[in-house]
Amino acid sequence: MNREDLKIYTARYIDHAFAITGLLCCLASLGIIAVLFFDLVLDGLPRITSTFFFSFPSRIPEKAGILSAWVGSVIVIVVTALFSIPIGVATGIYLEEYGKKNWITDIIEINISNLAGVPSIIYGLLSLSLFVYLLKFGESILTGGLTLGLLILPIVITATRESIRTIPQSIREASYALGATKWQTIRWHIIPYSTGGILTGIIIGLSRAIGETAPLITIGALTFIAFLPSSPIQPSFPFISFGWLFDAFTVMPVQIFNWISRPQKGFHINAAAASSVLLVMTLLLNGIAIYIRYRFRRRIRW
Amino acid sequence: MEATKAKEKIIEAGLLIASASSILTTAGIIFVLFYESFPFFKHTSFFEFITEKQWTPLFADRRLGILPLVAGTLLTTLIATIIAIPVGLIVAIYLSEYAPSRLKEILKPILELLAAVPTVVYGYFALLFLTPLLQSFFPDISGFNALSPGIVMGIMIIPYISSLSEDSMKAVPMALKEASYALGATRFQTSIRVVIPAAFSGVASSFLLGISRAMGETMVVAIAAGMMPNLTANPFEPVQTLTSYIVQVSLGDVPHGTFEYSTVFAVGVVLFFMTLIFNILSFFLRKGIREGVR
Repeated sequence: MNREDLKIYTARYIDHAFAITGLLCCLASLGIIAVLFFDLVLDGLPRITSTFFFSFPSRIPEKAGILSAWVGSVIVIVVTALFSIPIGVATGIYLEEYGKKNWITDIIEINISNLAGVPSIIYGLLSLSLFVYLLKFGESILTGGLTLGLLILPIVITATRESIRTIPQSIREASYALGATKWQTIRWHIIPYSTGGILTGIIIGLSRAIGETAPLITIGALTFIAFLPSSPIQPSFPFISFGWLFDAFTVMPVQIFNWISRPQKGFHINAAAASSVLLVMTLLLNGIAIYIRYRFRRRIRW
Repeated sequence: MEATKAKEKIIEAGLLIASASSILTTAGIIFVLFYESFPFFKHTSFFEFITEKQWTPLFADRRLGILPLVAGTLLTTLIATIIAIPVGLIVAIYLSEYAPSRLKEILKPILELLAAVPTVVYGYFALLFLTPLLQSFFPDISGFNALSPGIVMGIMIIPYISSLSEDSMKAVPMALKEASYALGATRFQTSIRVVIPAAFSGVASSFLLGISRAMGETMVVAIAAGMMPNLTANPFEPVQTLTSYIVQVSLGDVPHGTFEYSTVFAVGVVLFFMTLIFNILSFFLRKGIREGVR
């Protein structure tokens, strides 16, 4: 074999070796998720019973449960969604459909990109000063929801913009040609066609919010909550109350953090059990997002 | 007709107000960080802050040097980067140049799951799975250390690096790759000599974003790195990062307006500007590619 042949063989060999390395790296990440999941489930399985879901935290690990934590997570996420979806989608629509190319939109764009990279704990500091003390919302569900809402706003905005950007210009022109106004075009064409991408972004954002711990610790989400928020429906006039917005709360990840930080083995089992529940919640949300993206991509062809 | 026009104007104004909220958030962050840390910087000279080698703001004998926390943050970030950059880049090249499209459709969402796992769960994994595992190889590693959370953070940011890099590799014009193949280059040679140089700004941008993520990551280090300010480069020792200091103080329920309260915001200022530099650089690199392709 001469030297030229050897060079070609080496090049091919490296090429194949890289293909295998690449595949292994991808499979390794799948492996890590599997190890993570089985480690949690194996540690936590003995604790995952119905009493675990319907008990309050306790000083005795075997009696402690996640009732206040999962209820808190669900309510905080609802507040987060109500806050971030309208503002995020509106911003995305404005920037794509109305915003002219000038220095103001440039600044908004740099700004959103930077906000997406700001560490989540910094949002916690913002809320601690602004919502907890200045606006006097206290360490409440409202503060928690707004904090997470600000945190996922860049995700919702970016998803909205990217989804709108894939709609061909001809769709808009067809609508204008029929005499539709700008808003009518957006309302009846742009929004319906971009719903899939927007929904995917919203769900990914919410799944991130459900797992967030640091900003909620900063604003003072408590770790020992042995009560549920007050009911929004009251027996007496005016029957609807927003008092629950100002109740103290805890959420799943904060509860998990509390249990991990304790020295007793029993609490680590609780942490593993609660983590498996949280992991299933986030993976489910992500699965739904992937499915929606897939469905809408198949349905719309330009 | 007039009513329709008025409605159009009102809607446009409403949408503009919504987009202003993002500017307000940034302004709010900067204002709050400076306003609340003001008492801290009034008490401490800036020179002491950046040269003193100890951080003990909660003790009677207060030493207020930020170095140990910055060192802790840089150490864990460095470990994470050593894991995430090579793996992220290999994955990106594999997905963009090697993987058949059907396999890619399956692999990409799975990789993204790595970024979706809650950080507190990664913290559990680092403290109660990886650290004991590492201890069986290195017996002198401490129960809280910089290595284990660093590795776990590295795993966590792989998808950020791989998906952004892959996007920019995909944007490399097909003609360039075909020219390389026509000269007899293998896929690997094409990737290294054509695709990566052509996609360089996007790839570099993804590295910067990954580094910024690692610096700002909180729960993994708060759980597994210990809560001890420690000016060291030894990954086997416990360290405290900027972020985990904020967590430590927040857990103690510090009263509003005290000196301890202002230390949290002073640390926040440092963290914010450290990540800001990387975020902004990353943004301009990315913007460069987008306009280059057009």
